[in-house]
Amino acid sequence: MDKKIRVLLAKPGLDGHDRGIKVIAAALRDAGMEVIYTGLRQTPQMIVDAAIQEDVDAIGVSILSGAHMTLFPAILDVLKEKNASDIILFGGGIIPDDDKAELEKMGVAKVFTPGAPTEEAISFLRDAMKSKKSDENIM
Amino acid sequence: MTVLENFYKGDKRALSKIISYIEDRREGYRELLGKLYSKSGNAIRIGVTGPPGAGKSTLVNALLHRFLKEKKKVGVIAVDPSSPFTGGALLGDRVRMNEFPLDGDIYFRSMATRGASGGLAASTNNVLVALDAFGFDVTIVETVGVGQVELDIIDACDSVVVALVPDSGDAVQTMKAGLMEIADVFVVNKADRPNSDRIVTDLRTALEFKAHDENTWMIPVIPTVAVEKKNIEELYNKIFEHIAFIKANKQYEAHRRLQIEKKIIAILRSRFEKEFVSNLSEIVNLDNIIEEISLGNTNPYTVGKELYEKFHKL
Repeated sequence: MDKKIRVLLAKPGLDGHDRGIKVIAAALRDAGMEVIYTGLRQTPQMIVDAAIQEDVDAIGVSILSGAHMTLFPAILDVLKEKNASDIILFGGGIIPDDDKAELEKMGVAKVFTPGAPTEEAISFLRDAMKSKKSDENIM
Repeated sequence: MTVLENFYKGDKRALSKIISYIEDRREGYRELLGKLYSKSGNAIRIGVTGPPGAGKSTLVNALLHRFLKEKKKVGVIAVDPSSPFTGGALLGDRVRMNEFPLDGDIYFRSMATRGASGGLAASTNNVLVALDAFGFDVTIVETVGVGQVELDIIDACDSVVVALVPDSGDAVQTMKAGLMEIADVFVVNKADRPNSDRIVTDLRTALEFKAHDENTWMIPVIPTVAVEKKNIEELYNKIFEHIAFIKANKQYEAHRRLQIEKKIIAILRSRFEKEFVSNLSEIVNLDNIIEEISLGNTNPYTVGKELYEKFHKL
Protein backbone atom coordinates (compact mmCIF):
# COMPACT_ATOMS: atom_id res chain seq x y z
CA MET A 1 0.00 0.00 0.00
CA ASP A 2 1.21 3.49 -0.80
CA LYS A 3 2.39 5.61 2.04
CA LYS A 4 -0.15 8.33 2.68
CA ILE A 5 1.09 11.87 3.06
CA ARG A 6 0.00 13.13 6.48
CA VAL A 7 0.08 16.84 7.25
CA LEU A 8 -0.72 18.67 10.46
CA LEU A 9 -2.17 22.15 10.03
CA ALA A 10 -2.27 24.60 12.92
CA LYS A 11 -2.71 28.26 13.77
CA PRO A 12 -0.06 29.24 16.30
CA GLY A 13 -0.30 32.42 18.34
CA LEU A 14 -3.28 34.59 18.97
CA ASP A 15 -4.70 35.60 15.60
CA GLY A 16 -8.01 34.00 14.77
CA HIS A 17 -8.00 34.40 10.99
CA ASP A 18 -8.43 30.84 9.85
CA ARG A 19 -9.86 31.26 6.35
CA GLY A 20 -6.47 30.74 4.70
CA ILE A 21 -5.57 27.59 6.58
CA LYS A 22 -9.01 26.10 5.90
CA VAL A 23 -8.51 26.70 2.17
CA ILE A 24 -5.17 24.88 2.37
CA ALA A 25 -6.74 22.07 4.41
CA ALA A 26 -9.42 21.51 1.78
CA ALA A 27 -6.88 21.63 -1.06
CA LEU A 28 -4.55 19.10 0.54
CA ARG A 29 -7.50 16.84 1.37
CA ASP A 30 -8.67 16.98 -2.24
CA ALA A 31 -5.12 16.14 -3.34
CA GLY A 32 -5.48 12.83 -1.47
CA MET A 33 -3.56 13.73 1.69
CA GLU A 34 -4.61 13.13 5.27
CA VAL A 35 -4.87 16.49 6.96
CA ILE A 36 -4.97 16.76 10.72
CA TYR A 37 -6.43 20.13 11.59
CA THR A 38 -5.82 21.26 15.15
CA GLY A 39 -7.37 24.69 15.17
CA LEU A 40 -6.61 28.04 16.71
CA ARG A 41 -4.25 29.34 19.41
CA GLN A 42 -1.79 26.47 19.39
CA THR A 43 1.55 26.84 21.18
CA PRO A 44 4.73 25.54 19.50
CA GLN A 45 4.82 22.81 22.14
CA MET A 46 1.24 21.70 21.38
CA ILE A 47 1.92 21.71 17.65
CA VAL A 48 5.03 19.55 17.87
CA ASP A 49 3.49 17.16 20.42
CA ALA A 50 0.49 16.65 18.14
CA ALA A 51 2.73 16.22 15.09
CA ILE A 52 4.70 13.46 16.82
CA GLN A 53 1.56 11.63 18.01
CA GLU A 54 0.07 11.83 14.52
CA ASP A 55 3.38 10.84 12.88
CA VAL A 56 2.96 13.49 10.21
CA ASP A 57 5.40 14.13 7.39
CA ALA A 58 4.92 17.87 7.54
CA ILE A 59 3.59 20.67 9.72
CA GLY A 60 1.94 23.64 8.06
CA VAL A 61 1.21 26.80 10.04
CA SER A 62 -0.57 29.99 9.13
CA ILE A 63 0.48 33.22 10.82
CA LEU A 64 -1.27 36.49 10.06
CA SER A 65 -0.41 38.28 13.27
CA GLY A 66 3.08 39.48 12.39
CA ALA A 67 4.63 37.20 14.99
CA HIS A 68 6.20 34.91 12.38
CA MET A 69 9.80 35.75 13.35
CA THR A 70 9.04 34.49 16.87
CA LEU A 71 6.71 31.56 16.20
CA PHE A 72 8.53 29.81 13.34
CA PRO A 73 11.89 29.64 15.20
CA ALA A 74 10.08 28.53 18.35
CA ILE A 75 8.53 25.58 16.50
CA LEU A 76 11.90 24.69 14.93
CA ASP A 77 13.46 24.74 18.40
CA VAL A 78 10.88 22.37 19.87
CA LEU A 79 11.24 20.04 16.87
CA LYS A 80 14.98 19.94 17.47
CA GLU A 81 14.59 19.47 21.20
CA LYS A 82 12.25 16.48 20.60
CA ASN A 83 14.58 15.00 18.03
CA ALA A 84 11.93 15.42 15.35
CA SER A 85 13.62 17.73 12.87
CA ASP A 86 12.85 15.28 10.07
CA ILE A 87 9.29 16.63 10.16
CA ILE A 88 9.09 19.32 7.47
CA LEU A 89 7.91 22.75 8.62
CA PHE A 90 6.21 25.03 6.11
CA GLY A 91 3.89 27.95 6.47
CA GLY A 92 2.11 30.92 5.07
CA GLY A 93 0.87 34.35 5.96
CA ILE A 94 1.53 38.02 5.48
CA ILE A 95 5.28 37.72 5.56
CA PRO A 96 7.69 40.28 4.03
CA ASP A 97 10.25 38.99 1.49
CA ASP A 98 13.25 39.69 3.76
CA ASP A 99 11.68 37.71 6.60
CA LYS A 100 10.72 34.91 4.21
CA ALA A 101 14.34 34.55 3.10
CA GLU A 102 15.56 34.54 6.68
CA LEU A 103 13.00 31.95 7.77
CA GLU A 104 13.88 29.64 4.90
CA LYS A 105 17.55 29.98 5.81
CA MET A 106 16.68 29.09 9.39
CA GLY A 107 15.11 25.77 8.41
CA VAL A 108 11.51 26.53 7.47
CA ALA A 109 11.23 24.45 4.29
CA LYS A 110 8.93 26.84 2.46
CA VAL A 111 7.04 30.06 3.16
CA PHE A 112 4.01 30.87 1.02
CA THR A 113 2.75 34.42 0.76
CA PRO A 114 -0.67 35.81 -0.23
CA GLY A 115 -1.68 34.95 -3.79
CA ALA A 116 0.21 31.66 -3.96
CA PRO A 117 -1.98 29.06 -5.71
CA THR A 118 -2.85 25.99 -3.64
CA GLU A 119 -1.26 23.78 -6.33
CA GLU A 120 2.10 25.16 -5.23
CA ALA A 121 1.66 23.84 -1.71
CA ILE A 122 0.52 20.46 -3.06
CA SER A 123 3.49 20.01 -5.39
CA PHE A 124 5.89 21.32 -2.75
CA LEU A 125 4.72 18.60 -0.35
CA ARG A 126 4.78 15.84 -2.96
CA ASP A 127 8.33 16.77 -3.99
CA ALA A 128 9.48 17.03 -0.39
CA MET A 129 8.14 13.52 0.29
CA LYS A 130 10.14 12.09 -2.59
CA SER A 131 13.43 13.30 -1.15
CA LYS A 132 12.48 12.17 2.35
CA LYS A 133 14.04 8.81 3.06
CA SER A 134 13.12 6.42 5.80
CA ASP A 135 16.02 4.15 6.64
CA GLU A 136 14.78 3.09 10.04
CA ASN A 137 14.67 -0.51 11.09
CA ILE A 138 11.24 -1.32 12.45
CA MET A 139 11.88 -4.73 13.98
CA MET B 1 18.32 0.35 17.89
CA THR B 2 15.09 -0.60 16.10
CA VAL B 3 11.84 1.32 16.35
CA LEU B 4 10.28 -1.67 18.10
CA GLU B 5 12.97 -1.68 20.80
CA ASN B 6 12.30 2.00 21.44
CA PHE B 7 8.58 1.22 21.50
CA TYR B 8 9.13 -1.32 24.29
CA LYS B 9 11.09 1.32 26.20
CA GLY B 10 8.01 3.52 26.17
CA ASP B 11 9.08 5.98 23.48
CA LYS B 12 5.95 7.71 22.13
CA ARG B 13 7.64 8.69 18.88
CA ALA B 14 8.35 5.00 18.26
CA LEU B 15 4.71 4.20 19.05
CA SER B 16 3.63 6.76 16.46
CA LYS B 17 5.89 5.24 13.83
CA ILE B 18 4.71 1.73 14.61
CA ILE B 19 1.11 2.87 14.19
CA SER B 20 1.88 4.36 10.76
CA TYR B 21 3.66 1.18 9.78
CA ILE B 22 0.59 -0.88 10.66
CA GLU B 23 -1.79 1.61 9.09
CA ASP B 24 0.14 1.73 5.81
CA ARG B 25 0.40 -2.10 5.87
CA ARG B 26 4.07 -1.89 5.01
CA GLU B 27 6.22 -4.94 4.36
CA GLY B 28 6.14 -7.31 7.34
CA TYR B 29 3.34 -5.59 9.24
CA ARG B 30 1.64 -8.91 10.00
CA GLU B 31 4.77 -10.24 11.64
CA LEU B 32 5.02 -7.04 13.64
CA LEU B 33 1.40 -7.39 14.77
CA GLY B 34 2.06 -10.97 15.82
CA LYS B 35 4.83 -9.77 18.12
CA LEU B 36 2.72 -6.97 19.55
CA TYR B 37 -0.28 -9.22 20.07
CA SER B 38 1.59 -11.38 22.54
CA LYS B 39 2.04 -8.32 24.76
CA SER B 40 -1.55 -7.12 24.46
CA GLY B 41 -4.76 -8.04 26.22
CA ASN B 42 -4.47 -5.94 29.36
CA ALA B 43 -6.13 -2.69 28.39
CA ILE B 44 -9.76 -1.91 29.06
CA ARG B 45 -11.24 -0.92 25.72
CA ILE B 46 -13.97 1.69 25.48
CA GLY B 47 -15.81 2.76 22.32
CA VAL B 48 -17.71 5.98 21.74
CA THR B 49 -20.08 6.13 18.80
CA GLY B 50 -23.09 8.07 17.60
CA PRO B 51 -24.33 10.29 14.79
CA PRO B 52 -22.28 13.24 13.46
CA GLY B 53 -22.45 16.25 15.73
CA ALA B 54 -23.62 14.32 18.81
CA GLY B 55 -20.56 15.54 20.68
CA LYS B 56 -18.42 12.40 20.64
CA SER B 57 -15.10 14.25 20.60
CA THR B 58 -16.21 16.62 23.33
CA LEU B 59 -17.38 13.65 25.43
CA VAL B 60 -14.04 11.90 24.91
CA ASN B 61 -12.22 15.08 25.90
CA ALA B 62 -14.30 15.32 29.09
CA LEU B 63 -13.70 11.62 29.87
CA LEU B 64 -9.95 12.07 29.36
CA HIS B 65 -9.90 14.77 32.02
CA ARG B 66 -11.63 12.34 34.35
CA PHE B 67 -9.06 9.63 33.56
CA LEU B 68 -6.21 12.05 34.29
CA LYS B 69 -7.45 12.35 37.88
CA GLU B 70 -6.99 8.58 38.28
CA LYS B 71 -3.50 8.81 36.76
CA LYS B 72 -4.59 6.26 34.19
CA LYS B 73 -2.67 6.00 30.92
CA VAL B 74 -5.09 6.31 28.04
CA GLY B 75 -4.55 5.81 24.30
CA VAL B 76 -7.20 7.36 22.06
CA ILE B 77 -8.02 6.71 18.41
CA ALA B 78 -10.39 9.12 16.71
CA VAL B 79 -11.66 8.12 13.28
CA ASP B 80 -12.85 10.47 10.55
CA PRO B 81 -13.84 9.60 6.97
CA SER B 82 -11.52 9.27 3.97
CA SER B 83 -12.82 10.56 0.67
CA PRO B 84 -14.01 7.72 -1.58
CA PHE B 85 -12.95 9.88 -4.53
CA THR B 86 -9.47 11.14 -3.68
CA GLY B 87 -8.46 9.09 -0.62
CA GLY B 88 -7.81 12.35 1.21
CA ALA B 89 -9.21 13.15 4.64
CA LEU B 90 -9.72 16.03 7.01
CA LEU B 91 -9.17 14.75 10.52
CA GLY B 92 -10.65 17.33 12.85
CA ASP B 93 -11.21 15.58 16.16
CA ARG B 94 -8.20 17.28 17.73
CA VAL B 95 -9.96 20.62 17.55
CA ARG B 96 -12.18 19.55 20.46
CA MET B 97 -9.31 18.23 22.54
CA ASN B 98 -7.53 20.18 25.19
CA GLU B 99 -3.81 20.10 25.43
CA PHE B 100 -2.51 16.67 26.37
CA PRO B 101 1.30 16.90 26.31
CA LEU B 102 3.42 14.16 24.80
CA ASP B 103 5.10 13.33 28.08
CA GLY B 104 1.73 13.02 29.86
CA ASP B 105 -0.62 10.09 30.31
CA ILE B 106 -2.80 10.68 27.24
CA TYR B 107 -1.87 9.69 23.70
CA PHE B 108 -4.18 10.78 20.90
CA ARG B 109 -4.11 9.57 17.32
CA SER B 110 -6.38 10.44 14.40
CA MET B 111 -7.15 7.82 11.77
CA ALA B 112 -8.82 8.10 8.37
CA THR B 113 -11.22 5.29 7.39
CA ARG B 114 -9.20 4.40 4.22
CA GLY B 115 -12.01 2.56 2.50
CA ALA B 116 -13.65 0.90 5.52
CA SER B 117 -17.36 1.56 5.97
CA GLY B 118 -18.24 0.17 9.40
CA GLY B 119 -17.48 3.32 11.40
CA LEU B 120 -13.84 2.45 12.06
CA ALA B 121 -10.72 2.74 9.94
CA ALA B 122 -9.42 -0.26 8.01
CA SER B 123 -6.66 -0.78 10.61
CA THR B 124 -8.24 0.48 13.84
CA ASN B 125 -8.35 -2.99 15.38
CA ASN B 126 -4.68 -3.54 14.58
CA VAL B 127 -3.66 -0.16 15.95
CA LEU B 128 -5.52 -1.02 19.17
CA VAL B 129 -3.22 -4.03 19.53
CA ALA B 130 -0.24 -1.66 19.35
CA LEU B 131 -1.71 0.71 21.96
CA ASP B 132 -2.48 -2.23 24.24
CA ALA B 133 1.04 -3.65 23.83
CA PHE B 134 2.52 -0.21 24.55
CA GLY B 135 0.99 -0.44 28.03
CA PHE B 136 -2.01 1.87 28.10
CA ASP B 137 -4.46 1.04 30.91
CA VAL B 138 -7.38 2.11 28.78
CA THR B 139 -7.99 2.58 25.07
CA ILE B 140 -10.78 4.73 23.71
CA VAL B 141 -11.98 4.56 20.12
CA GLU B 142 -14.16 7.32 18.77
CA THR B 143 -15.92 6.27 15.57
CA VAL B 144 -16.83 8.42 12.60
CA GLY B 145 -20.27 9.93 12.86
CA VAL B 146 -22.50 6.90 12.23
CA GLY B 147 -25.99 6.20 11.02
CA GLN B 148 -27.84 3.06 12.05
CA VAL B 149 -25.68 0.23 10.71
CA GLU B 150 -21.98 1.11 11.09
CA LEU B 151 -21.33 -1.15 14.03
CA ASP B 152 -17.71 -2.33 13.73
CA ILE B 153 -17.04 -0.71 17.09
CA ILE B 154 -18.50 -3.75 18.88
CA ASP B 155 -15.50 -5.78 17.72
CA ALA B 156 -13.00 -3.21 18.96
CA CYS B 157 -13.98 -2.74 22.60
CA ASP B 158 -15.39 -4.08 25.85
CA SER B 159 -17.86 -1.31 26.54
CA VAL B 160 -19.72 0.81 23.99
CA VAL B 161 -21.03 4.29 24.71
CA VAL B 162 -23.67 5.44 22.23
CA ALA B 163 -24.06 9.22 22.22
CA LEU B 164 -27.30 10.78 21.02
CA VAL B 165 -28.72 14.29 21.22
CA PRO B 166 -32.19 15.53 22.22
CA ASP B 167 -33.35 15.77 18.60
CA SER B 168 -32.14 12.28 17.64
CA GLY B 169 -35.69 11.11 17.02
CA ASP B 170 -38.93 9.90 18.51
CA ALA B 171 -39.85 6.79 20.50
CA VAL B 172 -39.93 4.56 17.41
CA GLN B 173 -36.38 5.58 16.47
CA THR B 174 -35.22 4.39 19.87
CA MET B 175 -36.70 0.94 19.20
CA LYS B 176 -34.99 0.34 15.87
CA ALA B 177 -32.38 -2.33 15.29
CA GLY B 178 -28.72 -1.51 14.70
CA LEU B 179 -27.07 1.33 16.57
CA MET B 180 -29.70 1.30 19.33
CA GLU B 181 -28.86 -2.33 20.13
CA ILE B 182 -25.13 -2.00 20.68
CA ALA B 183 -25.01 0.43 23.59
CA ASP B 184 -23.73 -0.64 26.97
CA VAL B 185 -24.24 2.93 28.11
CA PHE B 186 -26.44 5.55 26.43
CA VAL B 187 -25.57 9.21 26.62
CA VAL B 188 -28.00 11.96 25.72
CA ASN B 189 -25.55 14.79 25.20
CA LYS B 190 -26.46 18.49 24.92
CA ALA B 191 -29.05 17.76 27.60
CA ASP B 192 -29.39 21.47 28.34
CA ARG B 193 -31.42 21.77 25.13
CA PRO B 194 -35.21 21.82 25.20
CA ASN B 195 -37.01 18.44 25.10
CA SER B 196 -34.02 16.46 26.28
CA ASP B 197 -36.18 14.81 28.96
CA ARG B 198 -38.36 13.26 26.32
CA ILE B 199 -35.65 11.28 24.54
CA VAL B 200 -34.24 10.15 27.89
CA THR B 201 -37.69 8.83 28.82
CA ASP B 202 -38.22 7.28 25.38
CA LEU B 203 -34.89 5.48 25.59
CA ARG B 204 -35.52 4.21 29.10
CA THR B 205 -38.96 2.97 28.05
CA ALA B 206 -37.58 1.21 24.97
CA LEU B 207 -34.93 -0.47 27.12
CA GLU B 208 -37.61 -1.80 29.47
CA PHE B 209 -39.20 -3.70 26.59
CA LYS B 210 -36.18 -5.98 26.41
CA ALA B 211 -36.34 -9.30 28.22
CA HIS B 212 -33.89 -9.44 31.08
CA ASP B 213 -32.76 -11.55 34.00
CA GLU B 214 -30.04 -11.24 36.62
CA ASN B 215 -27.35 -11.78 33.96
CA THR B 216 -28.56 -8.87 31.87
CA TRP B 217 -26.74 -5.59 32.18
CA MET B 218 -29.37 -2.88 32.64
CA ILE B 219 -28.29 -0.24 30.13
CA PRO B 220 -28.24 3.20 31.74
CA VAL B 221 -29.26 6.42 29.97
CA ILE B 222 -27.18 9.37 31.09
CA PRO B 223 -27.94 12.98 30.18
CA THR B 224 -24.73 15.01 29.81
CA VAL B 225 -23.54 18.44 28.76
CA ALA B 226 -20.07 17.50 27.59
CA VAL B 227 -18.79 21.03 26.86
CA GLU B 228 -19.46 21.92 30.50
CA LYS B 229 -18.28 18.49 31.68
CA LYS B 230 -21.71 18.03 33.31
CA ASN B 231 -22.55 14.52 34.53
CA ILE B 232 -19.30 13.09 33.19
CA GLU B 233 -18.64 11.59 36.61
CA GLU B 234 -21.76 9.44 36.28
CA LEU B 235 -20.81 8.38 32.76
CA TYR B 236 -17.34 7.41 33.96
CA ASN B 237 -18.78 5.39 36.83
CA LYS B 238 -21.33 3.60 34.66
CA ILE B 239 -18.68 2.55 32.13
CA PHE B 240 -16.66 0.92 34.90
CA GLU B 241 -19.76 -0.57 36.50
CA HIS B 242 -20.47 -2.21 33.16
CA ILE B 243 -16.92 -3.56 32.89
CA ALA B 244 -17.11 -4.93 36.44
CA PHE B 245 -20.51 -6.48 35.69
CA ILE B 246 -19.40 -8.34 32.56
CA LYS B 247 -16.20 -9.47 34.24
CA ALA B 248 -18.20 -10.89 37.14
CA ASN B 249 -20.57 -12.93 34.99
CA LYS B 250 -17.96 -14.10 32.45
CA GLN B 251 -19.46 -12.14 29.54
CA TYR B 252 -16.21 -10.20 29.29
CA GLU B 253 -14.22 -13.36 28.56
CA ALA B 254 -16.87 -14.72 26.17
CA HIS B 255 -17.01 -11.44 24.29
CA ARG B 256 -13.22 -11.36 23.90
CA ARG B 257 -13.22 -14.93 22.57
CA LEU B 258 -15.88 -14.02 20.04
CA GLN B 259 -13.76 -11.05 18.96
CA ILE B 260 -10.75 -13.33 18.41
CA GLU B 261 -12.88 -15.59 16.23
CA LYS B 262 -14.07 -12.60 14.21
CA LYS B 263 -10.52 -11.35 13.91
CA ILE B 264 -9.30 -14.63 12.42
CA ILE B 265 -12.16 -14.58 9.93
CA ALA B 266 -11.44 -10.95 9.06
CA ILE B 267 -7.76 -11.72 8.42
CA LEU B 268 -8.67 -14.66 6.19
CA ARG B 269 -11.29 -12.69 4.35
CA SER B 270 -8.93 -9.83 3.60
CA ARG B 271 -6.18 -12.18 2.40
CA PHE B 272 -8.50 -14.19 0.17
CA GLU B 273 -9.98 -11.03 -1.16
CA LYS B 274 -6.56 -9.62 -1.89
CA GLU B 275 -5.32 -12.81 -3.47
CA PHE B 276 -8.31 -13.66 -5.64
CA VAL B 277 -10.63 -10.74 -6.12
CA SER B 278 -8.02 -7.98 -6.41
CA ASN B 279 -5.97 -10.03 -8.86
CA LEU B 280 -8.99 -11.12 -10.84
CA SER B 281 -8.00 -9.13 -13.90
CA GLU B 282 -4.62 -10.88 -13.96
CA ILE B 283 -6.14 -14.34 -13.85
CA VAL B 284 -8.99 -13.94 -16.30
CA ASN B 285 -9.74 -11.53 -19.10
CA LEU B 286 -12.57 -9.50 -17.60
CA ASP B 287 -13.13 -7.42 -20.71
CA ASN B 288 -13.89 -10.53 -22.74
CA ILE B 289 -16.24 -11.84 -20.08
CA ILE B 290 -18.09 -8.53 -19.88
CA GLU B 291 -18.37 -8.50 -23.66
CA GLU B 292 -19.83 -12.02 -23.62
CA ILE B 293 -22.36 -10.97 -20.98
CA SER B 294 -23.43 -7.90 -22.92
CA LEU B 295 -23.83 -10.05 -26.05
CA GLY B 296 -26.22 -12.22 -24.07
CA ASN B 297 -24.04 -15.33 -24.28
CA THR B 298 -23.71 -15.70 -20.53
CA ASN B 299 -24.59 -13.81 -17.33
CA PRO B 300 -22.82 -12.57 -14.16
CA TYR B 301 -24.27 -15.41 -12.07
CA THR B 302 -22.94 -18.18 -14.29
CA VAL B 303 -19.59 -16.43 -14.61
CA GLY B 304 -19.43 -16.04 -10.82
CA LYS B 305 -20.11 -19.75 -10.36
CA GLU B 306 -17.51 -20.76 -12.94
CA LEU B 307 -14.82 -18.47 -11.49
CA TYR B 308 -15.57 -19.69 -7.98
CA GLU B 309 -15.13 -23.30 -9.07
CA LYS B 310 -11.94 -22.41 -10.90
CA PHE B 311 -10.44 -20.79 -7.77
CA HIS B 312 -11.69 -23.56 -5.59
CA LYS B 313 -9.43 -25.99 -7.43
CA LEU B 314 -6.33 -23.80 -7.03
